[in-house]
Amino acid sequence: MSNQATSGAATAASGVTGGAGARYAMAASRGTANFVLGLLILAVLWGIGGYMIASNPKTANFSGFGLLPTLQAFPELWDMGKLQKATYASGYRLASGMLIAILIGVPLGILMGRVQWFRKLSNSPFQLLRMISPLSWMPIAVLVFSSWDGSIVFLVAFASVWPVMYQTAAGLAKVDPAWFKVARNLGASQAQMLTQIILPAISFDIFTGIRLALGVAWVVLVPAELLGVTSGLGYAIKDARETLAYDHLTAMVLTIGIIGYALDTICAQLIKKFSWHRGDV
Amino acid sequence: MSIRGVEINIHGLGYRYNTRGNPTFTNLQLQSGRGEALAIIGRSGCGKSTLLHIIAGLNRPTEGVIEFDGKKVDGPSSRWVMMFQAPHLYPWMKVSQNVGVGLKFAGWPEKEKAERVAEALRLVELQDYADVSVQDLSGGQQQRVALARSLVMEPELLLLDEPFSALDAFTRSSLQRDVRSIAKKLGFNLIIVTHDIDEAILMADRALIMAGAPGKIVTEFEVPLPDPRQRQDPAVQAMRSRLMDAFHSAAGKPTGADAHGEEGVDTDSESVTQHA
Repeated sequence: MSNQATSGAATAASGVTGGAGARYAMAASRGTANFVLGLLILAVLWGIGGYMIASNPKTANFSGFGLLPTLQAFPELWDMGKLQKATYASGYRLASGMLIAILIGVPLGILMGRVQWFRKLSNSPFQLLRMISPLSWMPIAVLVFSSWDGSIVFLVAFASVWPVMYQTAAGLAKVDPAWFKVARNLGASQAQMLTQIILPAISFDIFTGIRLALGVAWVVLVPAELLGVTSGLGYAIKDARETLAYDHLTAMVLTIGIIGYALDTICAQLIKKFSWHRGDV
Repeated sequence: MSIRGVEINIHGLGYRYNTRGNPTFTNLQLQSGRGEALAIIGRSGCGKSTLLHIIAGLNRPTEGVIEFDGKKVDGPSSRWVMMFQAPHLYPWMKVSQNVGVGLKFAGWPEKEKAERVAEALRLVELQDYADVSVQDLSGGQQQRVALARSLVMEPELLLLDEPFSALDAFTRSSLQRDVRSIAKKLGFNLIIVTHDIDEAILMADRALIMAGAPGKIVTEFEVPLPDPRQRQDPAVQAMRSRLMDAFHSAAGKPTGADAHGEEGVDTDSESVTQHA
């Protein structure tokens, strides 16, 4: 038998790990530098814009939109408890809507990927529903659900379910059919096939779907909160506009961006952690 | 690890992909004794891979019966395990997890499972690679993991569907020798479907030639050579010539693409003969 198998596995592995570690560290420091530089450019542009608004007598009333007033508004909003309250309300709605979307989207996506008749039958109704703007359901949602919270959670779930479902189905379509054959050959039950083969095989695609859905959900959530509720980041923006507190308004908008960016980064890290594809993310 | 082979009886086996189409094969008969290594040779499309899938219980025959030790085969089982042309390992699992996946399906306790996996890895000489990702292995090493994954189930029958055809000549030659030697050591049956006449001679006790449409077993050859078998051995070369003649008289001379080795039976293994 070949002696290639009998020696050097650990050495080879450590050599590969060492090289990969150095490359990873270099890539990470480059990533951090790009992150900081990108934000600096944005801050400089914002600062220049804010200065131009403040220095023009015609637009001086809107100086609150500038970078410095916005940054100064954060501790103020925090002390008032507005920031925490708005973030909690929006976060609750986002998490609830996303959870419902995942609980519905992943099983339906697996069904679409595995069962041909279901895929064919569901294609037209799902495509039709997917194309309807989630916000256009708002009047119906308000009639159906007893609370505004319920209506917004429904809209978020409705908007998020499609990326999760279609990405799950697409992931399953890419799975090597021989993996199922091998598992059957080795005596896997249907439940084991799902938990041991299907879900790990498509975890990358499920998390990618959740990442895409999160972006859509966040985009739907804020305008939905502008419509009738009295809490959340969308409401806080509307409230700031009505009280002419432009620095508060911009601080809330910036908070939306920061939270969205943080959630997307968390998703990207989860994809990286659960991905078995080499070179992804 | 001690494995008992199985008596195989196949009566009147037939298969067609759809009710209107021509049968892939009809009324096929086959018997194999306990611990025997059988090779099935034939051109592409003669139905030999389909036959193997049916024996493995992965496809259902449209007629006829397969019996192992007198009991009808009606589905896949960990007692008869198939190795495919590609290893089809699960890339999110380490080597040891891939090898133990069948035991996990069967609900084996962790400790016993680890022991059996370690033993199977020793058999294929990959004991140092237990915690390595299968994505870091070469094609030959991956096929060894697939072999260990099959062996760990202690099958009574190992079915091989052109398992080494995608490998380089050196690795192929080494695995051919190893699989036969492990099968003989542990006592399980082998059924190998192959295009390669040399592979049939090196691995089998008996070679069956399958040809025609619908496919049938047209002739068979005992391969009574001692182990270990070497390609350059004159007895192996003589057996190769006899089998080639029998193949050509039974299945016809290769034409067109077959003659260039793109389809049909691989008879050009001289490069291996030089080095193996």
